[in-house]
Amino acid sequence: MDVFAGILNYAVFFAITAGIFAVLCLGLNIQWGYTGLFNIGIAGFYAIGAYTSALLSGPPPGPMDWRVVGGFQFPWPVGFVGAALVSGLIAFFIGLPTLKLKEDYLAIATIGIAEVIRLVLKNESWLTNSVWGIKHIPAPLASPIEKGIRFFLEGNPQLPSWLQSLLSNGYNWFYLGLVIFILAALYLISEKMIRSPWGRVLRAIREDEIATATTGKNIFWFKMQSLVLGAMIMGMAGSLYAHYARFIDASSFEPFFGTFLIWVMLIVGGSGNNLGAIVGAFVIWGVWAGTEFLTSQWGLTGYRAASLRIISVGVILEIILIMRPRGILGEEKVVSLILKSKK
Amino acid sequence: MEITSRIPQLVVYGLVSGSIITLGAIGLSLTYGILRFANFAHGDVMATGAFLAFAFLGFFQGLNLPSTPFHPLSFGLPLLLAFILSMIATGGVAIGIDRVIYKRLRTTGRITLLISSVGVAFILRNALQFIWGPDPRYYIKKIQIAIRIPGLGVRIKPDEIFIIAVASCLVIFLHFFLTNTRMGKAMRATSDNMDLAQVSGIDTENVIKWTWAIGSALAAAGGVLAGIENKFITPNLGWNMLLPIFAAVILGGIGSPYGAMLGGMIIGLSAEISTAFISTSYKPAVAFIIMVVMLLIKPRGLLGEK
Repeated sequence: MDVFAGILNYAVFFAITAGIFAVLCLGLNIQWGYTGLFNIGIAGFYAIGAYTSALLSGPPPGPMDWRVVGGFQFPWPVGFVGAALVSGLIAFFIGLPTLKLKEDYLAIATIGIAEVIRLVLKNESWLTNSVWGIKHIPAPLASPIEKGIRFFLEGNPQLPSWLQSLLSNGYNWFYLGLVIFILAALYLISEKMIRSPWGRVLRAIREDEIATATTGKNIFWFKMQSLVLGAMIMGMAGSLYAHYARFIDASSFEPFFGTFLIWVMLIVGGSGNNLGAIVGAFVIWGVWAGTEFLTSQWGLTGYRAASLRIISVGVILEIILIMRPRGILGEEKVVSLILKSKK
Repeated sequence: MEITSRIPQLVVYGLVSGSIITLGAIGLSLTYGILRFANFAHGDVMATGAFLAFAFLGFFQGLNLPSTPFHPLSFGLPLLLAFILSMIATGGVAIGIDRVIYKRLRTTGRITLLISSVGVAFILRNALQFIWGPDPRYYIKKIQIAIRIPGLGVRIKPDEIFIIAVASCLVIFLHFFLTNTRMGKAMRATSDNMDLAQVSGIDTENVIKWTWAIGSALAAAGGVLAGIENKFITPNLGWNMLLPIFAAVILGGIGSPYGAMLGGMIIGLSAEISTAFISTSYKPAVAFIIMVVMLLIKPRGLLGEK
């Protein structure tokens, strides 16, 4: 039973992380899957969300910290909303010079802004505490829940050890619920939006910009809305991550975990399909965990294991692009509610 | 006064790093012009070249080649041979990657190629890290004393003169190749209009192969020269070069090799000169800001056509 409890605890941890990645995938799906905007600076928006949330809802600087600002200790929802707003604002400024140009320019500009954000996180210690990171970020409702669990466990010492182990991990169950709630809400909202006339314009832009422009749609403005909306969702994912990990530094938002893995997730799941984005996140996060098991079986450790795991994700991407570019679920061709009801 | 007195020296550093960026940017611009996609793996191709040279260097040091440095340079025959071989080998690696991956995706559109190049970038970088590890690998273990150029009040190392000279020679060589040889002309024609080139009887597949070979060989040269300048290389070399070379290409105009040279020099110089005013760690950010400003005022670049 103890083994079972251990597996269940791991499953919860796994699902929380995969769920946060799924939120990132939903954001990217709006930009890339539905509008064809090539954002390879996801890590930047993700990091901005995490740091904004940590600065708004986190603790004030401690005596050992370099940073001098932030730590307003607002309740978590304030940090969450702030994260979305600031990420969206940055996306707006990236969109201004690039959205009127070919898609490659947006790609280069987003990778550039992500790199600049990473440099700022690493160097501006007054704001971000640089490499020492921001510590003790409070998890929402953590202290009452953890206190309650401790009280209950102390009152019932006769409980079997597996149940104790499950219960002492109780806060993660709560956080999983929170992640699932936000993921489900974002899923439903983006499904609703994509099936609206607004969503059909986005898809039309992706398929043929000039044709869409001739129908009188303001291409630039629609692209901007998509870019900003996607970035806001990425910022929310950053907030979810910061308050779960309770510690962030620049290394949490490296290009591999912050950007590349999310692209692979979306492409494997099926870009242009919100369910595919979520499935892809769980599948690829599972593959990533599986490669850790494999490399340890082969006796690889340290950088060798890490490099091999990243190479395998890269190879999976190339195989999918060549063999099955639509991904696992593929895109739903018809999203119009009217056409569906006629069928 | 303090700041302005440092600028001549920073110009020297800028010329050196501009030479390295130029070599990367030309290759990127060539593939961009002919294959019509932004190759995000190009920085990592530079790093691949640098590491292949490191491998050849080890091989030649194992043979008992005369390894006394060419005075006043700080390296000798082994590194020079490794440099040349690595350019050839990196060209081969690029053709191989094209065969296995890009060729199969050529009909699916440039954005798919772009995504797959991001995948190739991660594969290359981690293959280098898997083989050679994340720690610095040294080309040259000695410290070289800079010589003072009389009258100008600046110092430059003989190795840095070598870097500028080699980069200039390669650029001149490329210029003659593009303007005077059959293949060079075919490449320019394909870059202007691939369909038209094809109906005029140009073997565009062959042109693509040559484009990869030349662009990647130049990238390898840039990678090795970066290694000579820093004395060491790490697998992150490619990632650090990515932003400067893209900024150089956009500044000069996509698809224009001459624009890439101009852009490379401007990016190199402005990044180095910026260190007189802001923290050194923001050098890549300077390249990025110049790029964004260029996109705002003239997205076609300084020498871009169309």
